[in-house]
Amino acid sequence: MIDELEKAVYIAIKDLREYYMKPGSISWGILFPFVFALAFMFRHGGLTTWLAPGMISLALFFGATSMSGMSIVFERRIGSFERLLLFPISYTGVALGKTLSSFFLGLVSAIPVFLLAYLFIHVAPAHALLFLLAILLVSFSSSSFGVLLSFIIREPEQVMVVMNLVRFPMMFLSDVIIPVSLMPRYLSWIALTQPLTFMTETIRYAYMGSCDIVAPLVAYTVSFIMGLLFLLLAAYAIKRSRA
Amino acid sequence: MLSNAIKRCDVKTSDRCAVRVEKLRKVYPNGTIAVKGISFCVKRGEIFGFLGPNGAGKTTTVRMLVGLTTITSGRAEICGYDITRYGKRVKKHIGVVPDISNLYSELTCYQNLLFSAKMYGIKGETARRNVEEILRFFGLEKYRNTRFKALSKGLRRRLTIAAALVHNPRIVFLDEPTSGLDVVSRRLLWNKLVKLNSKGITIFLTTHNIYEAFSLSHRVAVINKGKIVAIGTPEELSRKFSVREVLEVGFYPRNPAPQELLDSLRGVLDAKMNSGRLELIIDDEIEALESLASYAKRRGLRISLLRLREADAEEVFLRIIGEEK
Repeated sequence: MIDELEKAVYIAIKDLREYYMKPGSISWGILFPFVFALAFMFRHGGLTTWLAPGMISLALFFGATSMSGMSIVFERRIGSFERLLLFPISYTGVALGKTLSSFFLGLVSAIPVFLLAYLFIHVAPAHALLFLLAILLVSFSSSSFGVLLSFIIREPEQVMVVMNLVRFPMMFLSDVIIPVSLMPRYLSWIALTQPLTFMTETIRYAYMGSCDIVAPLVAYTVSFIMGLLFLLLAAYAIKRSRA
Repeated sequence: MLSNAIKRCDVKTSDRCAVRVEKLRKVYPNGTIAVKGISFCVKRGEIFGFLGPNGAGKTTTVRMLVGLTTITSGRAEICGYDITRYGKRVKKHIGVVPDISNLYSELTCYQNLLFSAKMYGIKGETARRNVEEILRFFGLEKYRNTRFKALSKGLRRRLTIAAALVHNPRIVFLDEPTSGLDVVSRRLLWNKLVKLNSKGITIFLTTHNIYEAFSLSHRVAVINKGKIVAIGTPEELSRKFSVREVLEVGFYPRNPAPQELLDSLRGVLDAKMNSGRLELIIDDEIEALESLASYAKRRGLRISLLRLREADAEEVFLRIIGEEK
């Protein structure tokens, strides 16, 4: 177990050295959520206490999924992903390694948005520890989701197209921007099937002390379980990729 | 470091085969049968050449042996361990060099090797010592801080092989290790492989280059269309398959097309142009010469060159493959 964790960390460090400066990671992972938050700050009645957690959740989600998309699809294309399968490590270990590197980039992506809200709008989390737990959870779930999603993409040039095809509807159909409680009934049901809804609820609770639609415990638990489930499914996808 | 490889290996010592394959078969999901129930044994400490034309099933076989592709049926053991059941344990004892140099482009030579060492569970000072030693062995010390993407093709190949050896494996699988390299780099790699083998490492060498297989290997298995068609030492294979000879022939005033000769002559298996000369691989010497003479007479041609020689390794290979056809 410890051995597997150690190797997963080595994979993560390797990935960060290899991919953190790739244009896809920077533009879609860090710049897009930041610019999006900036746009709201200036144009849409400000980055409110309601909106700030959504923007942080978005940054974590885009940052983490961009990194995993870049690293996995690119490595599969050039054949270096298979190197990982030659090492004495389980498929879950490989999936965890890939998740950890994305997890880190997710956290980095959230920093500019957090600072924007904190320094300029003076919006800060009500519960610091819960906030810490929430961003760790959201980054983990987003990363494992990104790792899983990467296995349906074949070509590096398709990464951002496919990722955005999935991420944008998720963004608008969750409570990142619009409260689920204000959505029409049929849309709110769709929103409740989105992992991003539960993830955002955890951060929103840490900021506002209340959630929009689900109980805080449910949001935290579902986010964790989904992260774990995506991770296991990603490990299965890696195993299946051997043909 | 490498000399200790044989002692450290946690293998079932009663088994003489480093790799044992029994009725191994691979059917891809699209129905393609890539490997059709092959069996062989790679003895410990030998260089085993696995030779075949493109698409013969060489890479699929290696991929099954190293756990990159699932086995449809049959059995494969490495160091006495079934690779399907004990994949993780087997991976500790093998090094794999794929047919492409696929290390990490932004990492330096040193970082790439250290990453490999750590992934094999080698830590701290031991990992660093192994990396230094392998850098020295492959003459890569001065490139230690050079990124992989900045290396030449030959150096990338060397580093890819080095990365497969950093954990002192018992068996190394090399898939087309010298493919695309110039003569100097190829010779250098061959020397390194022989040196490695002399230190007790079993080498499974996959290649479509007959010269590489025959000059490096203790034994060679020839695979074609998913089946092993011949297996033995290079000498045995040459003896067995080179009974037929090559007739170099020239006509005046012009050489006919090889295909025309192949269609017109008896006792000829193949005809081709080689460096401006016509070469006939013959099956029956007397019959071939008789029909050659009558062909020339019929066409009003004069025979300007006639020389009989032993078939070389490439022709032996073609013969083996041809027999299968």
